[in-house]
Amino acid sequence: MLTPEDRVKLARHNDRPGITDYLGALFTDFFQQRGDRHCGEDESILGGIARFHDQPVTVLGHRKGKTLEENVACRFGMPNPEGYRKAIRILEQAEKFRRPVITFIDTPGAYPGKEAEMRGQGDAIARCMACMSGLTVPVIAVVTGEGGSGGALALGVANRVLMLENAVYSVLSPEGFASILWKDPGRSAEAAAVMKLTAQDLYKGGVIQEILPEPEGGAHTDYAAVFRVVDEALQRNLTLLSKQSPRALAESCYKMFRAMGNGGKEQS
Amino acid sequence: MTQLFRQRRDRILAYQAMRQGRALSLQQLCCEGCGQESPAMQWNEGLMVCPKCGHHMPLGAYSRLHQLLDAGSFRELDGDLVGRDPLEFPGYPEKLAALREKTGLKESVVTAYGTLRGYGAVFAVLDSSFLMGSMGWAVGEKVTRAVEYAGRHRLPLIIFSASGGARMQEGIYSLMQMAKTTAAITRFQQNGGLYISCLTHPTTGGVTASFASLGDVMLAEPGALIGFAGPRVIEQTIGEKLPEGFQRSEALLENGFLDKIVNRSQWPEVLAQLLALHKGGKSC
Ligand SMILES: [Zn+2]
Repeated sequence: MLTPEDRVKLARHNDRPGITDYLGALFTDFFQQRGDRHCGEDESILGGIARFHDQPVTVLGHRKGKTLEENVACRFGMPNPEGYRKAIRILEQAEKFRRPVITFIDTPGAYPGKEAEMRGQGDAIARCMACMSGLTVPVIAVVTGEGGSGGALALGVANRVLMLENAVYSVLSPEGFASILWKDPGRSAEAAAVMKLTAQDLYKGGVIQEILPEPEGGAHTDYAAVFRVVDEALQRNLTLLSKQSPRALAESCYKMFRAMGNGGKEQS
Repeated sequence: MTQLFRQRRDRILAYQAMRQGRALSLQQLCCEGCGQESPAMQWNEGLMVCPKCGHHMPLGAYSRLHQLLDAGSFRELDGDLVGRDPLEFPGYPEKLAALREKTGLKESVVTAYGTLRGYGAVFAVLDSSFLMGSMGWAVGEKVTRAVEYAGRHRLPLIIFSASGGARMQEGIYSLMQMAKTTAAITRFQQNGGLYISCLTHPTTGGVTASFASLGDVMLAEPGALIGFAGPRVIEQTIGEKLPEGFQRSEALLENGFLDKIVNRSQWPEVLAQLLALHKGGKSC
């Protein structure tokens, strides 16, 4: 049995499949959309149009990079405001052209940098969430690795939130949590245990709707198996959501997030 | 009968305002801005603005409402709604209970209906004396209910933020309040509602990255720290010291994120002007 701390390590594993892997395996005809049209391009959020089983969809997600060079260019998956503003632009087009949206979440959090603050990191995240909450096309979010804080949630306001078995999703990293509440970042394992950040805990709490099983040893040990599971889940959820009217989709998204923290599945 | 109720509500608000967010003793109080002492009475008369240098010290939620609302118009919404303990975090319920006792607040936000110079509006005022004004389920729920109330009654919405961000003790459920409040504000605005966001010291983290940044009009008190990441986290990340005035209201105004900086004593006038320009915000 894996401890929450074990899962945190698996979720952060260097070889864990990321958005570029899913794009290559599950989608065809990917056309990348770059830049926020105001300030610049942010490589830590990758987005564009692609086909998913022949249907044009919008794909959007955090990118950590594979090589050290890419890691640095992507700030290890920590977006600047431009990343979120690009996401808004791409999401608005998805709405306009009636494309379903699939997001892949994998970030330690939004980048806590000087320029990021000067250019309105809080504003960018808030507006990205606001944009997602108003969409009337089907939106599916998949937490594939680390779902860190507001930087993750900015791409997570969806009709369905799916989560890989060993992914984690939390208000802050366990290190940050331990350092704020206990003034001791060394107690991160203990923090991971109390934070209820595993897919199992979040499913019980009503934060996510589905757990996607991983191969034994973690997603990085068998890419093909992970792709099969994610592909099947996306297809199935997309088929279900596509039957709903635009209005019903927006309404169900509102209701789902409106009830967050009310007690989830355990108490409802 | 109505008159009696009004008087009673007035007394409650005046009592709460007196109890919290003001200098309590007859002694001197030291300014965190200039370091000089002034008599408590002067601080209270100036709504916790330093009589010597104009530095804005935190003001309690009830004191703020007492300043803004017309006499007899205060009606608290969801006044008894309290926080939960979804992580069963050790010591958290006891901490909440002790703070309720100490501050006279039930949670770190007070929501109310009231009139400001005759204009009806819904108010949400965060209070940094209660767990740094952090947003857990109760804060998210009270703010969302206030937004929905304003939407139902076609009233303008005025939120005063003061928050350290998400309430860590409630884990992911505090994070989710960002999406919840944001979705409510978005819907309110799409239906034509007027939302005036007023930022006070400090407004950071998950509150900045949700409802606080989404005002149709963005205002702030002078010298308030406003940002997503805290200054210390940024300094650790980039390995350098931040310049003086970084993430302060004045810098945000310069960078294009605020419409105006408002001195505390000017709030009633500025808000009344905006409400009047929006025809009371009832056009929606
Ligand atoms: Zn002073």
